[in-house]
Amino acid sequence: MSQSAQTIHPAMELRGVSVSFGSVRALQDIDIKVYPGEVHCLLGDNGAGKSTLIKVLSGVHRPTKGEILVDGKPVVFRSPRDAQDLGVATVFQDLGMISLMSITRNFFLGREPTRSSLPFSRIDKEGANNIARQAMADIGIDVRDPTQAVGTLSGGERQSVAIARAVHFGARVLILDEPTSALGVHQAAMVLKFIIEARMRGLAVIFISHNIHHAYPVGDTFTLLNRGRNRGTYAKSDISRDEVISIMSGGEDLKAVEAEIAGLLAQIGNRSPAIAS
Amino acid sequence: MAAVEDKAIPSDIPAPGSLASDRFGMTSKRAAGADERLASTGRLTQWLRRPEAGAAGGLLATIIIFALLPGAANLYSLQGSMTFLTLSAELGIIATAAALLIIAGEFDLSVGSMVGFAGVVIGLTVKYWGLPLWGGIACAFAVAILTGYVNGLIVVKTRLPSFIVTLASLYILRGLSIGITRAVTGRTQIPYILDGAPDPGTSALFNGHIFAGLFHWMGSQGWIATRSDGIPFVAGIPMSIVWWLGLTALAGYVLTQTKYGNWIFATGGDLNAARNVGVPVDRVKISLFIYTACAATLLATIQVMEAGSADTTRGLLKEFEAIIAAVIGGVLLTGGYGTVYGVLFGALIFGLVQMGIFYTGIDTDWFKVFLGIVILMAVLVNNYIRLKALGRGGGK
Repeated sequence: MSQSAQTIHPAMELRGVSVSFGSVRALQDIDIKVYPGEVHCLLGDNGAGKSTLIKVLSGVHRPTKGEILVDGKPVVFRSPRDAQDLGVATVFQDLGMISLMSITRNFFLGREPTRSSLPFSRIDKEGANNIARQAMADIGIDVRDPTQAVGTLSGGERQSVAIARAVHFGARVLILDEPTSALGVHQAAMVLKFIIEARMRGLAVIFISHNIHHAYPVGDTFTLLNRGRNRGTYAKSDISRDEVISIMSGGEDLKAVEAEIAGLLAQIGNRSPAIAS
Repeated sequence: MAAVEDKAIPSDIPAPGSLASDRFGMTSKRAAGADERLASTGRLTQWLRRPEAGAAGGLLATIIIFALLPGAANLYSLQGSMTFLTLSAELGIIATAAALLIIAGEFDLSVGSMVGFAGVVIGLTVKYWGLPLWGGIACAFAVAILTGYVNGLIVVKTRLPSFIVTLASLYILRGLSIGITRAVTGRTQIPYILDGAPDPGTSALFNGHIFAGLFHWMGSQGWIATRSDGIPFVAGIPMSIVWWLGLTALAGYVLTQTKYGNWIFATGGDLNAARNVGVPVDRVKISLFIYTACAATLLATIQVMEAGSADTTRGLLKEFEAIIAAVIGGVLLTGGYGTVYGVLFGALIFGLVQMGIFYTGIDTDWFKVFLGIVILMAVLVNNYIRLKALGRGGGK
């Protein structure tokens, strides 16, 4: 995996990234490379450091140690805006949508299209509505009315707005935090289809999911996090679905839990005649 | 993989092109195959969903109630109307600013004290420092910008509730007004400010009238009441009303049509989400604190020009009246939602009730009872409208 062997730079790379909050080491020495046209799945139990890692990638947290590279160049994200300006778009689990504002206003928030650069120039609302509706249509969502409040949308529709927004603003790296967890079967399938489309367009996708049925089919690469450390990165050809399941559900830990449960069941089994009598 | 690449799009979604004619999606005849679960929303519902709907209805009701009470003829005469419009204007100037700040998720309780303090600054600089009138006013605005900046900076940096931070400013500014004035003049009022500072241009800007010629002509035609010397009782439209309507229109434009307005909504709607997409939330808040302080100073300037004096107790309780007008106008106290046009109606209700009670001869003690009831009703209506806006509650 030497740098010279690669003809292309990773779209995004973390080198030896550590993050500490006071005495808590949330991430230690993380190395991750995400290539254009690759879906990179981050796996790990609660508390493994997935959320912190996403926040580092998206510019919410700054690493205590280590560096971030975008297209092979070291960068410093002082704010989420810096990350976005370099094409790193994140759809957070809470979606970052403002429910009392319209779809269009949410879509363009922070990047409102104005007709001139004067400080109080008018937003091109009609143009914005059309772009928002078209961007949504592109990913297969029928927006009835782009001026309706986001609060009136279903969870899946909100997710779609968030993804459409991330992609529309020229994302090179798309980070999706649990994008399918709140969705029904149909809508989840749509999001997955969209992830594949994004990959085919050459985007690097970082996909966080708890659901193996969602992660395994679309993922090219799988990185396992545990207790703030990278426990290994595997290509899809190197790892089976069952192995991923084992990793995601806790692996060795789960075996211990299973043994414990078996022990408990055995005890109950022994006692059950006594209860019956 | 195969499962994923299946056609996942439900077949009942029309092609994007079929939507093109349906610009705002509010027409009732929908393209065949549109989501049948979406009930069409009528024009009335559309209108009722506007945040200023409650205030407009409330204003209409108030106008009708006072029209039926004795004294209506006086209240709705040209003179009576101009009086309550002036009251509404003076409140509206600060209420509009308060509304923008509330939409951005913060309060400024120091507005009333700022009115008193700005008046004192004008009075002292003009009368005791010998500054020209415009210089004194400029000083007052400079002090306002500084005060608003400090209020905003403390709120943004400490993340303390603005309610408590500006409550402190309320006392500090009021105390400074009284303390400084008494130390310099030995009293709590500064009279005859304008006497030594003839500056008719500046004075007219804040205390003049527009359409004076028109009103004079109407008087000469006998259409409106005139004094014995032929000058009409209502010399024109007072500048306070011009300032009020101008600032409301400007604030309305900024809030709904510009980038900055979008940021105001977002800052109050969800601070973190707004920050994460790159909205400069701190700058938005600080600038609005500066705006409320400047609006208070504008009101103070108008009052000083009108009365020719400054009084350290001016603007007492104005901060609450401003918040009340904003809430009656449909601004959500929790932020993120509201319009300045609603606040215009809110200020009108306020002025109308205040003068209406005076003209009808009802004991003015009852004004506060009425006010309390109006506030309660406004909040209930607002809550209902917000749920409507989100398409929940109230049903069809």
